[in-house]
Amino acid sequence: MDSVKIKAIDREGVEHTIEAPVDMNLNLMEALKGSGLDVKATCGGMALCSTCHVYILTSHNLPEPSDDEEDMLDSAFLVEDNSRLGCQLRIESDMDGMVVQLAPDGD
Amino acid sequence: MIKTDILIIGAGPTGLFTVFEAGLLRLRCHLIDSLPQAGGQLAEIYPKKPIYDIPGMPSVLAGDLVDGLMKQAAPFKPGFTLGERAETLEKTEEGHFLVTTNKGTVHSAPVVAIAGGLGSFEPRKPPLVNIADFEDKGVSYMIKDPEDYRNKRVVIAGGGDSALDWTIYLADVASEVTLVHRREGFRAAVDSVEKARALDKEGKIRLLTSAQVTGLSGNGRLQSVLINHKKKGGIELETDFFIPLFGLIPKLGPIADWGLDIKDNAIRVDTFDYSTNVPGIYAIGDINTYPGKLKLILCGFHEATLMCQSAYKSINPDKKVSFKYTTVSGIEGF
Repeated sequence: MDSVKIKAIDREGVEHTIEAPVDMNLNLMEALKGSGLDVKATCGGMALCSTCHVYILTSHNLPEPSDDEEDMLDSAFLVEDNSRLGCQLRIESDMDGMVVQLAPDGD
Repeated sequence: MIKTDILIIGAGPTGLFTVFEAGLLRLRCHLIDSLPQAGGQLAEIYPKKPIYDIPGMPSVLAGDLVDGLMKQAAPFKPGFTLGERAETLEKTEEGHFLVTTNKGTVHSAPVVAIAGGLGSFEPRKPPLVNIADFEDKGVSYMIKDPEDYRNKRVVIAGGGDSALDWTIYLADVASEVTLVHRREGFRAAVDSVEKARALDKEGKIRLLTSAQVTGLSGNGRLQSVLINHKKKGGIELETDFFIPLFGLIPKLGPIADWGLDIKDNAIRVDTFDYSTNVPGIYAIGDINTYPGKLKLILCGFHEATLMCQSAYKSINPDKKVSFKYTTVSGIEGF
């Protein structure tokens, strides 16, 4: 498969279906931002700002968060067990059909 | 009053390189930045991360790039107003701009270059619905004077160094200190974590881990925080103060009110010279937008260079810009 379809729910509750190529070494943050979703990505994908905090709503098998990612989730808000930083999730073919929700944006 | 030729808002890489390019044209610069040190995001967020797309440098640590830019700017003796945020901008009758910071420092210059990146760094505020109602009425995002908390009950939230350090410090000042953190582990320095755990054991502070603050209540003033604990569920904790310490995040801030043409948190510019809709004000680096814009440090350098040529003409309308190659004439500082 050359690309996957991911459903993203924005902060207003609106669903967007985004298509992301799997062969471009793209991460979820880049895919969301590139599709026009409001992801600030202040640090540019280095797990240093937590502005790409998302909830994974489906039971897709994802790699465990690294210590860096866990540390940076500390500066996010309303962190849940299904919280992840989009920038640390590489788009892979088994992400097809995944549903993610943008976490509330600390003001 | 601080007087200069080009007043640069933002001392990140683009702002620092502007000093060099302006210096070649014999223009003096002064920089304002809300952070206490120069370097912007590079110094504040990722000093130890390598950058790979600076021409001629296969890999450079962000902090080292800042050091290099500071050295490159040094012959042109830039002035700095650090730890202060540019707040207001007015135009005098002589056509100069007056920029005043939040601490009241006034700067005057014929040209203003906004190189503010993503904005000024401000404390991150938790998305709790009524938090604004309690700001300065029990909720603060930073600790200015620890004495404000003497013999008071304080709830701190966060898991980084500032959350831990203040929890430890306030243990001897406040009557009650509770630190709320979302998981068992902390990202703060190991010895502060050990110290906090020891204080918790002695009963001097309370560590509430695997817990998050989810609500605030009070009547005009903060009276309690609502906490969701992973195992114990909802807890209501009476307190005098709630101090969320979740780090800093850049915000456009007061620049948004300077009469500039703003689109999606960025300032629209003319790519001829990166001028804004206000004559004499330029915007360069991550803070500007134009068709094809890329937020890259190297693009900021290019924009700064072209902007200085235009700034020279605007400051010296009767003179011709004499372009020189540094390879021929070298660097002549002030």
